[in-house]
Amino acid sequence: MTTLTVRRGPEFSRILGLGVARGERVVPNEELIGPIDSSDEWIRKMTGIATRVRANPETGVIDLAERAARQAIDNAGIDAQEIDAVLLSTITYPHITPGGAPVLADRLGLTSAAFDISAACAGYCYGIGQADAMVRAGTARNVLVVGAEKMSDWVDPTDRSISYLLGDGAGAVVVGASDTPGIGPTVWGSDGSGAPLIRQTASWTELRDNRDLPFPTLFQEGPSVFKWASFKMGPVALEAVEAAGVTPADIKAFIPHQANVRIIDQMVKQIGLPDTVVVAKDIADSGNTSAASIPLATERLYRDGLVTSGDLALQIGFGAGLVYAAQVVVLP
Amino acid sequence: MAANESEVLAGLAEIVAEETGIDTAEIVAEKSFTDDLDIDSLSMMTIVTLAEERFDVRIPDEDVKNLVTVGDAVAYITKAING
Repeated sequence: MTTLTVRRGPEFSRILGLGVARGERVVPNEELIGPIDSSDEWIRKMTGIATRVRANPETGVIDLAERAARQAIDNAGIDAQEIDAVLLSTITYPHITPGGAPVLADRLGLTSAAFDISAACAGYCYGIGQADAMVRAGTARNVLVVGAEKMSDWVDPTDRSISYLLGDGAGAVVVGASDTPGIGPTVWGSDGSGAPLIRQTASWTELRDNRDLPFPTLFQEGPSVFKWASFKMGPVALEAVEAAGVTPADIKAFIPHQANVRIIDQMVKQIGLPDTVVVAKDIADSGNTSAASIPLATERLYRDGLVTSGDLALQIGFGAGLVYAAQVVVLP
Repeated sequence: MAANESEVLAGLAEIVAEETGIDTAEIVAEKSFTDDLDIDSLSMMTIVTLAEERFDVRIPDEDVKNLVTVGDAVAYITKAING
């Protein structure tokens, strides 16, 4: 009988380096309140957002991804050619095919494996879970994980449910081998019964068959999403802490997807995080950048001097699908 | 276990007070959540979720918009408890 050879990778993986790229323009609430008949005060009260970053018209998802990726590769201290897989988490790359990942890989001079992950605001954590498994299985020596979004391409400025929350940006990390555990088990899942809760207003085939429909844009059933995220995601985060064999007191930073500060505050309450844990709130200035929000918020914590290399971070992404993923990681 | 409306009102008032800081004495049946108590849609969802846990009932999201006054919520929850 012929036996297959299988690969085994290193025992552990870790995040080697982080890079980011924010949309070029800082957009304050005042610029958006007209079409939604609202106020700066209301937006701050409902979401905690003062400004969001938005890309220039000529800047695309891959441009943002490339900037973040180059910085991550630099910070990881590896040669780009040592990357065996490019994972691009995005819902805003405007082609059904080809994916954005092979285009990004090509820009980086790579012919590695490359695929997109469509997991909305859980995309980055899905990517980390995938990269961790790939490295430890020997499938890839180093994996580039990028969360990159141009949400502003898909908003209706008159939409009161989600448009004003959204921003543009990218965050990237390189995941590679480690002598010590660097990425805890990923706790993840889905609830497809919630698919209608965050969606585009019409599908492409609906638009094709009825050109009178307005161009599809993003929409959410805000209160329902708030309820799900605030009360169902706390237990997921705690499960990730437990799976990593640590306690909440060991965590230096809680880095949830930056959906809405009201969700973050309720999650912190539900989890019962000690006061020693720093809570990322980059949403106040960057807005909700979907798959980019967790790496962007991580970079903000470094920039503000609130975390340092080697600290434990609990990250959790959750969003359209509905999908979610969480893991504890050692910060690079 | 059956419940009467005054028990439910007391329990709900505690939940609303904790979420909003409003005095329980202010949380009476005639008051509207949005217009009188200035409770926004997200705080309302928190109140609904905590009420579901406290009273062991389910309040589907689509029913929440019908709970305009505190009294509406009390009647809804009492009915849900008593079956």
